[in-house]
Amino acid sequence: MANIMFWEAIQRAHDEEMARDPLVIAMGEDIGVAGGTYKATKGLYDKYGPERIIDTPISENGFTGLAIGASFIGVRPIVEIMSVNFAWLAMDQIFNNAAKVRYMSGGQLEAPVVIRSPGGTAHQLGAQHSARMEKVFMGIAGLRVVTPSNPKQAYGLIKSAVRCNDPVFINEHELMYNLKGEVPDEEYFHPLEGSEVAREGRDVTLFGYNISVHWCLQAADILSKQHGIEAEVVDLYTLSPLDRDGIRESVSKTHRAIIVEEAEAPVGVGSEVMAIINEECFYELDAAPARVSAMNAPIPYNHTLEKMVIPDAKDVVQQVLKMFGKA
Amino acid sequence: MKTSDKKRVLREMLFARRFEERCYEAYVERKIGGFLHLYPGEEACAFGVLEAARVGQDYVITSYRDHVHAIKCGVDPKAVMAELFSKETGVCKGLGGSMHIFGAANRFMGGYALVGGPFPLAAGIAKGIKMKGDDDICICFLGDAANNQGTFHESLNMAKIWNLPVLYVCENNLYGIGTRIDRSTAVIDQYKRVSGYDIPSSQEDGQDIEKVYAAAETAIDHVRSGKGPYFLELMTYRYRGHSMSDSNAYREKDEERMWGNRDPIIMLRERLIEAGELTLEDYKAMDNEILNEIEEDVIKFAEESAEPSAELVDKYVLAENDPWVNGGAG
Repeated sequence: MANIMFWEAIQRAHDEEMARDPLVIAMGEDIGVAGGTYKATKGLYDKYGPERIIDTPISENGFTGLAIGASFIGVRPIVEIMSVNFAWLAMDQIFNNAAKVRYMSGGQLEAPVVIRSPGGTAHQLGAQHSARMEKVFMGIAGLRVVTPSNPKQAYGLIKSAVRCNDPVFINEHELMYNLKGEVPDEEYFHPLEGSEVAREGRDVTLFGYNISVHWCLQAADILSKQHGIEAEVVDLYTLSPLDRDGIRESVSKTHRAIIVEEAEAPVGVGSEVMAIINEECFYELDAAPARVSAMNAPIPYNHTLEKMVIPDAKDVVQQVLKMFGKA
Repeated sequence: MKTSDKKRVLREMLFARRFEERCYEAYVERKIGGFLHLYPGEEACAFGVLEAARVGQDYVITSYRDHVHAIKCGVDPKAVMAELFSKETGVCKGLGGSMHIFGAANRFMGGYALVGGPFPLAAGIAKGIKMKGDDDICICFLGDAANNQGTFHESLNMAKIWNLPVLYVCENNLYGIGTRIDRSTAVIDQYKRVSGYDIPSSQEDGQDIEKVYAAAETAIDHVRSGKGPYFLELMTYRYRGHSMSDSNAYREKDEERMWGNRDPIIMLRERLIEAGELTLEDYKAMDNEILNEIEEDVIKFAEESAEPSAELVDKYVLAENDPWVNGGAG
């Protein structure tokens, strides 16, 4: 086990897959000569050259579509879209072509393309560089959506996504590239479906994904030490398809559920998980499920206001205490 | 073009014309649903270009006006018609429809319904060809109105900087849905717009198949020899509306008459008759044979085929039993 940073895990996955298969390529803005905004492709331009580590023009819909077309005939592209805010521009190609080509061709073509992009609110990047868009991607049939919370997942999800024959969107986070964690020394393939219990508990389930897993873990720690509440934390590393079994199992055990998301609440992960709880295990509930989410507003520039819009571990603790009648 | 090829292509074009006209009737009879975009008038574009290509080996991609391109690539007309009739024997098992004809085995990479959507897909296929080291090319047929999408500019730029083996064929039929080109587009000659990307381009009469063929040979030689992308504009006209829901009220009768007199099939027919290679009787006999073939072979097959089974409804949403979904443990 090596303790490495999130970006190093991504870089290692690229390197291994590109060394294995000459048809694996990476594309994106500044990923080659400049080494990548997040260093996710550091050193790979020198190793694999400009035909396989491709610095693209700033044409998100164009280069994403190009990657999708290449994937039709066996190329395995890993596209980096520098920020999910820019991925809006590529929605036409992702939704209309990558997600639908297998279906509308009656299974004749497939688009095994991997699209990585960081979302989330970082440090005062303003309204147009702070969006969280997983809610949009996870609502589209034909597209897999995963979102790593730690370097092991970041590494293993790319490894599996490159080999999977479906288009996979990997939702990363601007603030997490320097996060450290253990990654196995041997090759590791993370499942593209399912969820993980990140912390066992018996009193309430905190559902998180990506950065909010960390808020849930911090909150669980505080709740345990200061309030005697043992929270279970479930890491929803797959947002599409959501893990109905995992959600049901944990709620059936704790009988309480709170979903924690950095995005604004409407039409989000929280609403979807609540719907699944209703469908799968409504009669197991001892309390109405609740959400911890962002305010329904664009992200302001001012640092204090920015923090106000986005939830954190304290908000999770508050919501749990409220559910237990302690706040 | 050799005389024998011209006679064969005349038959192929007439077959395409009759196929499309029969689609029109089937649509009126409600055998075909959804949107239906027909190709009559533009036949010399697809046939002229693809005669000069390695059909079935070079990759072809196009828009929603796609039946004829698919058939020329070698896709079985019966399976195309069955798709339009939304039957399980259709090329896409009834899941695609008129705007989404696919024939991967013939390297017909599909019809796409977002205007301009295939531009980057074609560049990507060309990128794949280049990575595999093959000397195939990708040919992308789109209408003039697609050139007002951002994908046109983004894709031409990438095709040039990465020297990709892609031929963009612009079938300029002068209308984007119901809006005449001079009302929607600053520069009427589409081939001129490409100069901004330093890509060689030319414009040709899209009604004269021999001219199209000659222009396509030049264009394809350029692309196949590794010199990068090429843009070929073909001036043409569709004899029907944009789709079946089109009133066709926006075009002048004189204009329609003028283009009607430049019917690509009649032009080739007359040339062959003048050269003593064909008689009008031969042509009429051929036409009857085609009409009969379409009725007895194509339509009958589509009519008699079964509806898609219910299991198909979600069979192709995602890959079936992909082991990597479970981390390769499957």
